[in-house]
Amino acid sequence: MNDRRVVITGIGVVAPGAIGKEPYWDLLTSGRTATRSITQFEAGAFRSRIAAEIDFDGTAAGLSHQEVRRMDRAGQFAVVCVREALADSGLELGGIDPGRIGVSLGSAVGCTTSLEDEYRVLSDSGKRWLVDHSYGVPHLYGHMVPSTLAVEVAWSVAAEGPVALVSTGCTSGLDAVMRGAQLILEGTADVMFAGATDAPLSPITSACFDAIRATSSNNSDPEHASRPFDAQRDGFVLGEGSSVMVLEERTAALARGAQIYAEISGAASRSNAYHMTGLKPDGREMAEAITAALTAAELDPSVVDYINAHGSGTQQNDRHETAAFKRALGQRAYDVPVSSIKSMIGHSLGAIGSLEVAACALALERQVVPPTANLHNKDPECDLDYVPLTAREHSMDVILTVGSGFGGFQSAIVLGRAGSTRR
Amino acid sequence: MSESSRTAVVTGIGVVAPTGIGNDAHWQSVLAGKTGIGRISRFDPSSYPVRLAGEVPGFEEHDAVPYRLIPQTDRWTHFALGAADAALADAGVDPTRLPEYEMAVVTASSSGGTEFGQHEMERLYLNDPSWVSAYQSVAWFYAATTGQISIRHGMRGPCGVLCTEQAGGLDVLGDARRLIRAGSQLVVSGGTDASLCPYGLTAQLSTGHLSNSDDASRGYLPFDAEASGYLPGEGGAILTVQDAATADPDRSYGSIIGYAAGFDPPPGSARPPALGRTIEHALADAGKQPSEVDVVFADGSAVAEQDLAEAQAISAVFGPGGVPVTVPKALTGRLYGGGAALDVATALMSLRDGVVPHTVGTCRLAPGCDIDLVLDQPRYRPLRTAVVVARGHGGFTSALVLERP
Repeated sequence: MNDRRVVITGIGVVAPGAIGKEPYWDLLTSGRTATRSITQFEAGAFRSRIAAEIDFDGTAAGLSHQEVRRMDRAGQFAVVCVREALADSGLELGGIDPGRIGVSLGSAVGCTTSLEDEYRVLSDSGKRWLVDHSYGVPHLYGHMVPSTLAVEVAWSVAAEGPVALVSTGCTSGLDAVMRGAQLILEGTADVMFAGATDAPLSPITSACFDAIRATSSNNSDPEHASRPFDAQRDGFVLGEGSSVMVLEERTAALARGAQIYAEISGAASRSNAYHMTGLKPDGREMAEAITAALTAAELDPSVVDYINAHGSGTQQNDRHETAAFKRALGQRAYDVPVSSIKSMIGHSLGAIGSLEVAACALALERQVVPPTANLHNKDPECDLDYVPLTAREHSMDVILTVGSGFGGFQSAIVLGRAGSTRR
Repeated sequence: MSESSRTAVVTGIGVVAPTGIGNDAHWQSVLAGKTGIGRISRFDPSSYPVRLAGEVPGFEEHDAVPYRLIPQTDRWTHFALGAADAALADAGVDPTRLPEYEMAVVTASSSGGTEFGQHEMERLYLNDPSWVSAYQSVAWFYAATTGQISIRHGMRGPCGVLCTEQAGGLDVLGDARRLIRAGSQLVVSGGTDASLCPYGLTAQLSTGHLSNSDDASRGYLPFDAEASGYLPGEGGAILTVQDAATADPDRSYGSIIGYAAGFDPPPGSARPPALGRTIEHALADAGKQPSEVDVVFADGSAVAEQDLAEAQAISAVFGPGGVPVTVPKALTGRLYGGGAALDVATALMSLRDGVVPHTVGTCRLAPGCDIDLVLDQPRYRPLRTAVVVARGHGGFTSALVLERP
């Protein structure tokens, strides 16, 4: 019987309002919000003009000029995260067979921002269907294929094992971490750099979500626009960011005396096969994913100590997942704290799942639950304990984090406290 | 029976390719050496340095896709929906009769809904944001095909999408096998691509790896001394993968007995490329010796240094000229997210009929390529085990081992 287990030993973060792991934790536990009026492009013509933006300078963050020129913003985020995560882990890659080191990176929309920028250049600001190829930048194909993001991460750590870009929309981050853990569990790799990145703030992305009225139009109050579970919420706030973590096989991590943030105890995904963007109110498939993840972790629902919710701030989502928690956890759903960090850092599509796993790992290490900001009046249909406004000290051994996304995908990961004997 | 001993078998194939729509049309074209490459007709290519491509002939989305879904999805997803229907029919599977959570969909995507995306950016910049389609968000993104197949067939298991450029078709089949071993009964897998639009072609040009030839018979020459790069194509294949214990044995094309993925060292590294050891890992995973392999379906990019590196890796594993090698994608062009899945489909037909299709166009092997590339005509011989190799832009490297029933 395979007794391999997977632990998180390093964390790197580039998030709105916080570049780096410690600033990120400070932001999450302060209850501050990083949502604001869009500055990255002229957003006057859009219905939603709010986003959780990052004040990011690739060069200041340690990237070379060549890397900044070559990489889409999402790639820059991810490489900065990888370097922080590796340093944080204390892992010396030199002693490890590069073929045993892999990358599992999620992204929902890849290098969209660069693709759109280059399209404007090639098409005379969008006026021509037949574009002028002679103006193309040398690395344009690298923007067309999202796999480039995984390539950049692999190069930055000289990984020669399994490398892939996972792109399941808004569950990409959870699914990439899940796949990274799976490759270690089954023995294909010993070290995985797992996480996700997205930098979707651009006219075409905003237009996409305007068209389906998914994003908040609370333009007069951007700092308070992301309001998961609040009766006054009116959609999600688009964000950007990345987290990449170092995953290791637990025995090897213990042998080198690594700091262990958390164990990835179990994970599962299901699909609703219902609608590309719609959710049924019963939360059935998300509940099934939660149950399967707990089963994989060999844990009973009654031991879950905290739920990091998808909590996007659409009415449909908040009710869907509240129902899913009740369905999967029964009475326990009413007893555990549930919170959404999207209230503070917005919804960075595929990246947010990785940022949520990172938040959970830190929450387990530090025994503090991040709050749901802007939650003043609960939606009467949402009747759980959503940890409004302020962080809460809380004893936790087991955390559940979930995601839900376009395509009908529902994912769940169970994290265990380091040192807990429980699998 | 422990889960990990479950065997993943391919029971259904659906091909939508430049060589034809449908398995028989494709296979007949391959054996006849009939190329699917021609002058690009989907837009006027005369102002571009690349004018040849492999287009899917006679594809009518109204035949393949429910009417309502046509404007909601890109051509890449149209191909996949049609191919998925064909694969399920070929497998004789009725998804309504299988447990909903034990059916999954895992597809490869190289660049998402490229043409749809160009159209919507055009509408945005010619007009204003309100002109952008409500379907842009779910047509362009890389998960569109998996999501649509899952919804269409009520498949509620663990679905996935991998983007590893041309290697994706093998990587998703590796994941399909994982899912079968973990308890799924049916996984719809494979991939398609459709980036033959002006912006898609322009982006591909930037690699400098495309052939500028105007001669459809000499444009894409894998391993040839005159290789001048590859041509792009569209289409791919969707396959059904099932647990051998519950699949209809009469429908089996063969089993996925080995898989491995590796990645090339960073540029400038003195370390060797990943291909040789990735093939070895896949063979070890399959429990096979190199001498037990009857045919290798190579990546064959027709970029001289890549061809040489691939030929050297194949020779290192199998010995110089030690195994028949073929590149049927010379007839279709490189199909990116669909390419390796189509190679797997072709390899399974090859195993079934005991014939190695020839590589069309190539006449004289490039110096240093000491491989037994099957040329001129198909080679008939009993076949049991095939290796399919694929590489994706940037360093992705995968190998899959197939065995006939």
